[in-house]
Amino acid sequence: MLASLIGFLGDFDLAEEAAQEAFALAAERWPRDGVPDKPGAWLTVTARNRAIDRVRRQRRLAEKTRLLEAPEVTMDEIDDTVIEDERLELIFTCCHPALASEAQVALTLRALGGLSTEEIARAFLVSEETMKRRLSRAKLKIKQAAIPFVVPADHVLPDRLHAVLAVIYLIYNEGYSGNVDLAAEAIRLGRVLASLMPDEPEVQGLLALMMIHHARHEARFEGDDLVLLEDQDRSRWDREEIDAGRQLLDQAIALHGRGAYVLQAAIASLQADPEVDWEQVASLYAQLSRLTGSPVVELNRAVALAQAGHVQSALDIVDQLDLSQYQYLHSTRAELLRRLGRTDEARTAYRRALELARSEPEQRFLAQRIAEL
Amino acid sequence: MKYALLIYSKPDWRDGVSEADREAMFGEYVALNDDSRCVASGQLQPVETATTVRVQDGQTLTTDGPFADTKEVFAGYYVYEAGDLDEAVQVASRIPAARIGGAVEVRPIVEM
Repeated sequence: MLASLIGFLGDFDLAEEAAQEAFALAAERWPRDGVPDKPGAWLTVTARNRAIDRVRRQRRLAEKTRLLEAPEVTMDEIDDTVIEDERLELIFTCCHPALASEAQVALTLRALGGLSTEEIARAFLVSEETMKRRLSRAKLKIKQAAIPFVVPADHVLPDRLHAVLAVIYLIYNEGYSGNVDLAAEAIRLGRVLASLMPDEPEVQGLLALMMIHHARHEARFEGDDLVLLEDQDRSRWDREEIDAGRQLLDQAIALHGRGAYVLQAAIASLQADPEVDWEQVASLYAQLSRLTGSPVVELNRAVALAQAGHVQSALDIVDQLDLSQYQYLHSTRAELLRRLGRTDEARTAYRRALELARSEPEQRFLAQRIAEL
Repeated sequence: MKYALLIYSKPDWRDGVSEADREAMFGEYVALNDDSRCVASGQLQPVETATTVRVQDGQTLTTDGPFADTKEVFAGYYVYEAGDLDEAVQVASRIPAARIGGAVEVRPIVEM
């Protein structure tokens, strides 16, 4: 409903106020007069008419005058089916690259996730005042710079869709923060987007990736300690969520999806098998590496190769990576050297990793590895 | 809606650019100027010709040039009529300075 109002009014604040008024009116009238046949349509029509009233009364901003020409809508002319779903336009507006990344995230959660400003503030560990300012600044820019409320044209769609997916994945990776389950919220947003763009494989791929990962989140921690994939208690995995994720992945592949999210979902899916096919995982990381050029992906490829038994080739890859400040490069190198029986070099590499490790569970883990050498 | 496209370029942008390429870029600037959506435009003389003016206690103070060394200097502008920010950004991305190390700042103009 909010998306349709924002689309109609071109103004976030006005739409929010009008929606609130409509809900207040419903709370007053419905218990007395009974719930209307089409509650959704009733709310939207009421909110639209309220907004038009308000603009008529104010008549201040010239840009809003186009509303004055819009005739008042009556219930006869409108039902649930003709109220256009404008959530897709709304997502693209919220994730417009002309807005700062943190503003994109906050706006998306506010407008599409339906989280309150206070909840978003708590989730990102900033004061409510700061979050309020961040949101108003973004809304003001949308209005003053005329950031459009449209699904982008084909020639820019891939880039703009990539920005939307990045925002949703960013929300997912914030995880569980300040009593708000942002991972679940991201999955919900992913579902909305997947239903609105059913033919975009990367959209399905991202949703599959998030679901297959999320299905394992219960098993990922033992107290405060991180549990490695191979040591996780698989009975604590959510099988249904994994299956649902795999179904989406199949759809994405059928749509010829070979993008970064589809590849990552395919890797996550393989890793959820009882016997992991590490050769296959390594080959998917190779594809992902060609696509992204990321040294961290190369490091993951090396780990997969080592799991498949190619320890020396894995070490050759790791030794070529320019990631000397990255803790996991050193811990991976140490593990590979240990497996090759090069204990002294392994010790040096573990010590380097320990110097870079910041979290206590990781420091404990590395110290124990050194002691065991 | 009117947008100012403020063009910033590196003072040494001509280094390593051939005469032919410069001619071609000049052509692109002229084409952007001839576009029917273009309301106004201007190219500035090099930053060495600038004078900075301040008024303090009723006294006019002039100094040579802008007061700080900057990597990018303001070099010119277009004012365009565009439907929304996406259209303005599309025009801005065609300005040659943007692809040779400079930048274009897109700012909506207050409607009077």
